[in-house]
Amino acid sequence: MSSTVADALDHEHDDHGPTKGIGRWLFSTNHKDIGTMYLIFSLTMFFIGGAMAMVIRSELAVPGLQFVHPEFFNSMTTMHALIMVFGAVMPAFVGLANWMIPLMIGAPDMALPRMNNWSFWILPVAFGILLSTLLMPGGAPASGWTMYPPLVLQTGDAFPFLIFSVHLMGISSIMGAINVIVTIINMRAPDMSLLKMPMFVWMWLITAYLLIAVMPVLAGAVTMLLTDQFFGTSFFLAAGGGDPVMFQHIFWFFGHPEVYIMILPAFGVVSEIIPTFSRKKLFGHDSMVYAGSSIAFLSFIVWAHHMFTVGMPLTGQMFFMFATMLIAVPTGVKVFNWVATMWRGAMTFETPMLFSLGFVFLFTIGGFSGLMLAIAPADIQYHDTYFVVAHFHYVLVPGSVFAIMAGAYYWLPKWTGHMYNETLGKAHFWLSTIFVNLTFFPMHFLGLAGMPRRIPDYSTQFADFNTIASIGAFGFGLSQLIFVWIVVTAWRGEKATDRVWEGSHGLEWTVPSPAPWHTFTTPPKARIAQEAFE
Amino acid sequence: MTTHSEDHYYVPHGSHWPVVGSVGLLFLMVGVSSWLNGAGAGFYIMLTGVAVLVFMITGWFAEVIRESQKGLYNDQVDKSFRQGMFWFIFSEVMFFAAFFGALFYARNMSVPWLGGDSNNFFTNLLLWEGYESTWPTDGPGGIGGEYEAMGPFGLPLINTALLLTSSITVTIAHHALLAGKRMRLSIFLAATFVLGFIFVYMQGVEYVEAYQHYNLKLTTGIYGSTFFMLTGFHGMHVTIGAIMLTIIFFRVLKGHFSPDHHFAFEAVAWYWHFVDVVWVGLYVFVYWM
Ligand SMILES: [Cu+2]
Repeated sequence: MSSTVADALDHEHDDHGPTKGIGRWLFSTNHKDIGTMYLIFSLTMFFIGGAMAMVIRSELAVPGLQFVHPEFFNSMTTMHALIMVFGAVMPAFVGLANWMIPLMIGAPDMALPRMNNWSFWILPVAFGILLSTLLMPGGAPASGWTMYPPLVLQTGDAFPFLIFSVHLMGISSIMGAINVIVTIINMRAPDMSLLKMPMFVWMWLITAYLLIAVMPVLAGAVTMLLTDQFFGTSFFLAAGGGDPVMFQHIFWFFGHPEVYIMILPAFGVVSEIIPTFSRKKLFGHDSMVYAGSSIAFLSFIVWAHHMFTVGMPLTGQMFFMFATMLIAVPTGVKVFNWVATMWRGAMTFETPMLFSLGFVFLFTIGGFSGLMLAIAPADIQYHDTYFVVAHFHYVLVPGSVFAIMAGAYYWLPKWTGHMYNETLGKAHFWLSTIFVNLTFFPMHFLGLAGMPRRIPDYSTQFADFNTIASIGAFGFGLSQLIFVWIVVTAWRGEKATDRVWEGSHGLEWTVPSPAPWHTFTTPPKARIAQEAFE
Repeated sequence: MTTHSEDHYYVPHGSHWPVVGSVGLLFLMVGVSSWLNGAGAGFYIMLTGVAVLVFMITGWFAEVIRESQKGLYNDQVDKSFRQGMFWFIFSEVMFFAAFFGALFYARNMSVPWLGGDSNNFFTNLLLWEGYESTWPTDGPGGIGGEYEAMGPFGLPLINTALLLTSSITVTIAHHALLAGKRMRLSIFLAATFVLGFIFVYMQGVEYVEAYQHYNLKLTTGIYGSTFFMLTGFHGMHVTIGAIMLTIIFFRVLKGHFSPDHHFAFEAVAWYWHFVDVVWVGLYVFVYWM
């Protein structure tokens, strides 16, 4: 039925087809093209940031200084984080949102297509500027991605470039988020009520709200750094009545919601995939929505758990500790729902499902170590050690990145019209999973044993685990080349059907594979939409 | 592309303006950064960036206005614009929230702590012995030297009256637009942006006063920092708002807008109310308390 439906949906084009040449991409107002650009950009940044990780792991493979100058090592950790957070993970989710949200809600495009284009085209400028700092006198920023003063004020010529590239990333994210919210609120198929929306759409709605609420705060924080450095303000100068710790408060007011910005869309992706391959409806759809909203709300009142060791009143520590631990409740609801969705389902294990399962298991490990870090007295031991590095890499790599991979495999046939190579996909999954654990699991032990983060050298007692982690890191990095190969050769596979997966549900599976340049130029009719929601 | 019945979506054609904007941002950011680093050429690169951005904004808005006047935009597009504007203003609110947050933190936490409040007896004793926390302050180090604070009366009070009045005039203009009374609309709209520009002028007078007679500067410790950053960003927003109101005024003169089709007017009016509300917050927390 789906192809006839698609034909019915596809008649009467507003616009002609894509323009020829580079103009199609530079001037695009097409959500699919812009989504594709986001995804390619993100993958590029993933490899650039990954290369920096390889520099870090090479240096740390054995004790002593071997390859790089310590200052350059610090630049690598800083740039790796900034690039992965703002250049790889966030744009990947925006790319998925661009491609899939209009298809999932039966909209012809994003609500504000020209602004959508601008959101994307600011990114190459932002990251061009950021990467250019590698060549500047004084080197690239080396203060850590958190940019704490007074350390960050010692950055060389790179300093203003760092500040303004962060501003640009913020502008891009805010415009992208406004677009997502407006699209979801204003462009849904006529009979798609809010609670009928697919979970990916829901999670992105919440994410977009978080983005608009906190990116401007980051902009404010870095603006204060800029004026402290160049215009003599005293925001972070105790002699003038300011406080360096104030920067940490403002930064983490942005920073904690930021981690949910990077994980809520991931929740959305796996909440689409697990039901498909369990051939069941998502368990507890509405409770997922409420859990996501609770997480978003709580994310605004937990920021100082990143600052337990800088000193704060005891009541503050207590408040932030308990508020943080409270987040485990809605997160637990989500994990429970994924497991309950699989319970007694007719499960199959195609690559997207494997990555989603990997996500559920490994993200949860990261969640538990997060709970450990939330305990203020224990955090005094863990703070700024490799335990923290292990924690956030578990939630970001087998968390966010695995979900992005899962989503890419899941929707790739819809984008290209061809099935990818399943054998290679599975190989990609297993190698990634083995190596990601090899890389990050030993870091827990290193951290508990007291190895500090952000240093190029370490005591010999940490040698073995570091060597293992480095081997894992190189293995993980190389495994990602399989993904590139799979994507590049995706057009060679067998033709995909419109539904692609046996158990798939939703409007995006009612349009042809590959999805034509224009879809839903008229709102999908009630019956069709209804069928998709069942 | 001209059909816009209820069940038909409108998707705009491609546009080169966003990419032009990105090029403008590139020049602007690289220019400012190199200028701050002491490279003289940076200033001119920055000016180029500003010029490109002005060109982009003018061109982009002109195109949108043309399309809107041609009647290409249906109700759904109108709604999208409105919601977009709402969320944009929300993002601006959060930007100001960062600076208000800095003000509250300094007043209620860092400054009292430097004075030995809470459990910070030793901070005071070892670092700044004898420093008694007060507000306003330029800190225990007396950064910026002797100064006088800006009181709530005089200029700031007049400015408050100006801005609150302008919020009323813009509302009257809005009602006039809805009622189709164009004369009334133009008069009150003109009054609004004139009040806005007078506000900006007065703010300039206040700054000159602060620098020349009060020795109150951006560099006057945390008080000067928060005072000038908050009022400065607010003044910048008033300037932008007043320019937008002026443009809307000329569009009214050209016969744009109808009682049921006037997104741009409303967007600017919302924006104006937003700068007004921020000012009230400023007046209370920066000047008064
Ligand atoms: Cu956090």
